[in-house]
Amino acid sequence: MSAQTLGAPTVTRTVARGTDSDRLRRSGKAWLFIAPFGLFYLAFLLGPSLYMFVASFFDTSIVKTGLGNFIGLENYTTLLSSSDFWASMWHTLQFTLYTVPPLVVLSFVFAVLANRMQRGQVFWRMAFFTPFILPSAAISLIWVFIFTADTGLWATVQKWFGSDAPTPVLATPSLAMVGIAVATVWWTIGFNFILYLAGLQDIPRELYEAAAIDGATPWQQIRHLTIPLLSRTTTLVLLLQIIASLKIFDQVYLMTNGGPGTSTETALVFITKTGFTDYRIGAAAAASFLLFVVIVVIALVRQIVERAQQKGA
Amino acid sequence: MATTGAASTSRRAGISAAAPPPRVARVAANGGKTFNRIAVVVLSVFAVLWLVPSLWAIKTSFTANSVSALGTQAILEDINPTLASYSTLLGGGDLWNWYLASFITSTLSAVLVVLFASMAAFALSRMRFRGRQVVFLLVIAGIMVPADVLIIPIFQMLNSVGLLNTYWAVIFPQVSSVIALFVFKQFFDGLPNELEEAARLDGAGSWRIYWSVIMPLSRPVLAAMAIVTFVGVWNNLILPLFVLSNPDLMTIPVGLATVQGSYGQRFSDIQASTVLGALPLVILFVIFQRRIVEGVAGTGLKG
Repeated sequence: MSAQTLGAPTVTRTVARGTDSDRLRRSGKAWLFIAPFGLFYLAFLLGPSLYMFVASFFDTSIVKTGLGNFIGLENYTTLLSSSDFWASMWHTLQFTLYTVPPLVVLSFVFAVLANRMQRGQVFWRMAFFTPFILPSAAISLIWVFIFTADTGLWATVQKWFGSDAPTPVLATPSLAMVGIAVATVWWTIGFNFILYLAGLQDIPRELYEAAAIDGATPWQQIRHLTIPLLSRTTTLVLLLQIIASLKIFDQVYLMTNGGPGTSTETALVFITKTGFTDYRIGAAAAASFLLFVVIVVIALVRQIVERAQQKGA
Repeated sequence: MATTGAASTSRRAGISAAAPPPRVARVAANGGKTFNRIAVVVLSVFAVLWLVPSLWAIKTSFTANSVSALGTQAILEDINPTLASYSTLLGGGDLWNWYLASFITSTLSAVLVVLFASMAAFALSRMRFRGRQVVFLLVIAGIMVPADVLIIPIFQMLNSVGLLNTYWAVIFPQVSSVIALFVFKQFFDGLPNELEEAARLDGAGSWRIYWSVIMPLSRPVLAAMAIVTFVGVWNNLILPLFVLSNPDLMTIPVGLATVQGSYGQRFSDIQASTVLGALPLVILFVIFQRRIVEGVAGTGLKG
């Protein structure tokens, strides 16, 4: 091992200065370092992505081995003309619309307020962040229990406020997604809260002092200093949030399993049902690929926006 | 490179870990006091709202099943806390199996991720070789791949190699954490060359430099990545849900997912299992609060 290192005249990282064979041997060593990770990357990230793409053109099924027959774009045309698929896309969008605004706005408010507090930082962090580290299965059990019809905590609170017959949230098609969204906001807000707190600490204190001396009220300070200076964090939070919401699976699977009817069946729930319940792997792969493309596009937007903001900063 | 995003977050997250110093409070004289009072009230109201669900689950878990079955009013009025649900759960084998499965899969995944990702990051950061750019592009591309969406092909693959219903089925797909690799690379890029050069002069090879120079210097980031991976694997539902069907192998999330169906109306038992399922992570969080917050915020991982 050390022999070839000693062979190199210069001991810096710039291997290019070595002889050709030396460089090749070193090249080989770099690949050895990459190999273990690379194998898993190929097997469980790149491979499955390509397989998904290929399978989307076949009538692949879980009950037969192999890819099955090549059927061209049939999976896609079937999907795009299927109301179930569009419904699942709509439910995904619905969930995203319900969760993204509160998760961005509330976390911002919490962080700005908590950042002003001189004491109890750990307490606020515990209060808002702890749910985020709980397993989704645990939060679902808690919220299903809260939303239990008639006897649950939410129904009881409604009764205290004079409602005779509170509607069962998770069993009502128009409300079930709201219930899932509430549980999600409760569960994940801590993540954005932490990102905002981190962003707030990058804002120099002098700016606020100067603003205060100029007679700016706290509200003006927030509006003209905090919000603009946190715009990068907001972009990050927003795009991460949209991507996370598009992949929503756990809460739906655990709280309603797509019901009542298919009123909360989101894209990923639709995909797993098509694949694992209907055994239509090819169709599920096509749907996965479409969702995949949407998410990658948003991830690309994130990269581009962040690079632009980095340059601007 | 198109990598600046995660990098800047991780840098910012490093600061977030420390308790934020009291800032503006004293300075903002005009309206500042009133504003701060309102802030305390608003924040407190929300904090209480945020605590209610967990406290409610805990309260229910200490209530007898016969009482909790009657509903909210009965649970609120109940003043005889009981450990019955806990002793039932801890006396059975299921919960211990879930703990074991979660512990094994999370620990092994964390070890493999930290080891393999740091090795690859070492090569990318500290070595020059042909194909480096390609590898780096693949890494960037990998960051954007939504792994959950790959569940069908991953299932197919594990099925074809006969790994379904083994712990490996849960571990292997989570080993290729591109984000961990990326965070390591960023960190390694920032390490000074001098130590490495000194080691090379002493005749150390690449492996030795990686293991005896770079790794010891990277302890904080190693710990952060290990913990974040551990938490991520521990909480993952979708993968173990579809690759494990043997109840003895179920991880905590999958086990909890079956609770509703199998416990029926035993609300206290259900909430006790929620508390017990979440407990290990809460303990972990209390111990490693800083690292978890730092790591989670730094990698931009969002469930």
